[in-house]
Amino acid sequence: MTGEGIADPGELPPARFVVDRVHVTEEKSRTRRALSFMRSNPLFSIGLGLLIAFVGMAIIGPFLVGDPLLTNPAGMFSPPSADHWFGTDEYGRDVFARSVNAARLDLSIGLAIALVAMTIGSTIGVVSGYFGGRTDEIIMRLTDILLAFPGFVLALIIVAALAESLLNVVMAVAAAYVPYFIRLTRAQALVEREKEYVDAARLAGNRPLRVAFRHVMPNSLGPALVSATLVTGWAVLTVAGLAFLSVGIQPPTAEWGVMVGEGAGDIITGEWWTSLFPGGMIVLAVMAFHFIGDDLTESRT
Amino acid sequence: MTLLECRNIHKTYGHGVATVPAVRGVDMQLERGETLGLVGESGCGKTTLGRVIVGLNAPTSGKVVFDGEDVSGRLHEPEFRRRVQMVFQHPQSSLNPKFRVSTTLREPAILLTSMRNEELGQQIEQTLRLVGLGIEYQTRKPKQLSGGQLQRVAIARALMSSPDLIVLDEPTSSLDQSIRSRIIALLKDIQERRQVSYLFISHDLSTVRKIAHRVAVMYLGRIVEVSETEALFNDPQHPYTQALLSAVPSIDPDDRSERIILRGETPSPTALPVGCSFQDRCELVHARCRVEAPLLQETGPARHVECFAVQ
Repeated sequence: MTGEGIADPGELPPARFVVDRVHVTEEKSRTRRALSFMRSNPLFSIGLGLLIAFVGMAIIGPFLVGDPLLTNPAGMFSPPSADHWFGTDEYGRDVFARSVNAARLDLSIGLAIALVAMTIGSTIGVVSGYFGGRTDEIIMRLTDILLAFPGFVLALIIVAALAESLLNVVMAVAAAYVPYFIRLTRAQALVEREKEYVDAARLAGNRPLRVAFRHVMPNSLGPALVSATLVTGWAVLTVAGLAFLSVGIQPPTAEWGVMVGEGAGDIITGEWWTSLFPGGMIVLAVMAFHFIGDDLTESRT
Repeated sequence: MTLLECRNIHKTYGHGVATVPAVRGVDMQLERGETLGLVGESGCGKTTLGRVIVGLNAPTSGKVVFDGEDVSGRLHEPEFRRRVQMVFQHPQSSLNPKFRVSTTLREPAILLTSMRNEELGQQIEQTLRLVGLGIEYQTRKPKQLSGGQLQRVAIARALMSSPDLIVLDEPTSSLDQSIRSRIIALLKDIQERRQVSYLFISHDLSTVRKIAHRVAVMYLGRIVEVSETEALFNDPQHPYTQALLSAVPSIDPDDRSERIILRGETPSPTALPVGCSFQDRCELVHARCRVEAPLLQETGPARHVECFAVQ
């Protein structure tokens, strides 16, 4: 006698294939693909949107708004209105015109800093990672020393020590980010140098420096390039922070940090717009680079 | 005429107590236009020996003599560099991923020969055709090529400086069977046209049998048997060679020859026994093997074996 639930195979209905649902993948339209990409990468999309807006502002903005340095003693501290979207400051300068003009300066400086830091840092990093040994040891210890200072403090010290000029600000802040790029590129160079194409390059007659820069370096730049986005954002923040402390870029230059610094005192007397709008610009710009950089870093790992 | 000679080559990795002897006293000769197969299990030192021969690693002691000249560890000796090249095991990583095929091929010619401009362009096209790729492959990047195509490019790169010796380090082991035999046919064809010598490093015995004129069997950093290929496959003398050959699957259904299963593990190269390094796994072991290490000795025409039982 068979137990309950154990059916005789003969009693089973004949097998048949049941087609439950048929999925037909339609060619998605370009817009729908873009929308679904944005849904799955919301932060990246926000960042990219903001970045495009900022770049547009930096390139064509200054031609559309008024003179950022034009003072108007009759119209000082006028609140945001249809004429002055972000209001005017203590000299009657249009805060919107100044903020838009500052976008060009701040983004250019941020980008320049990231590029300078990446170029120097990656070059040193490749040498450190590819040659190893004593060279690597020395470079790494020096990097440790630099990393022991917070980047902002380091930049502050360097700018204070140098004459105040735009170039020196770029160099000082770049110097603060160089160790970061050294580490990133060194780590990748350590991976690359074990690959067979490096031995093949040596056998093809390449001398050590040529192997390092022509073969290993281009293949070790990936992480540094991705992180350059992040660093651009941080650099904008650092430059604005320095300017806020009256280090580096000086008034009356239209620069977000300078504007926040000048306007900070106005909050107490009720003129909140002179510092809030440039401050908001800093936040949005840093956010844009951070969202993009973060997403790129994650998708690499 | 002897093209390459290894004289008592030792290569030890590491410092102090943690040293690993990868190659322990290798003597061998390679003739012009000859293919010497170098076989042995993983970790026996065959790749290290290959790297020492091309100069990527310097031997700890001993000499690499190429065409009568001591070239041990002289990677950048221009004439030696031009005349000795190498093909690596993994075609996917042996080509610079950023370079187009033409750049990869141009480099050794620019750096090692006096070829320039048109002559160089012709040489690239001619070499690509020789390895069975059309000239349209010049503009491709490694990502756009298959494993077999990548290995053909790697072979072309090795040929660009018209070398006399190419060390082939398991050039077919990461390729599938059909492509493997085509690459072997290609290598033989190139050898016929260019009179180049090969050191063919492999753990795949059936591949080695197809291409090598002579075969050297390596075990734990030493060559234990060298012989003409057919003689070695028909009559292996060293007990390790016998075990190695018996592990090759036969396609003959009537073949009932017994498979020799080696006992135990390969001893760790950091703690080698006194005497013959094969003693603990050997069928023919006797008292002498436990105290004295045998040396490679001639046991027949063009045949050397490192075993007391055979000598």
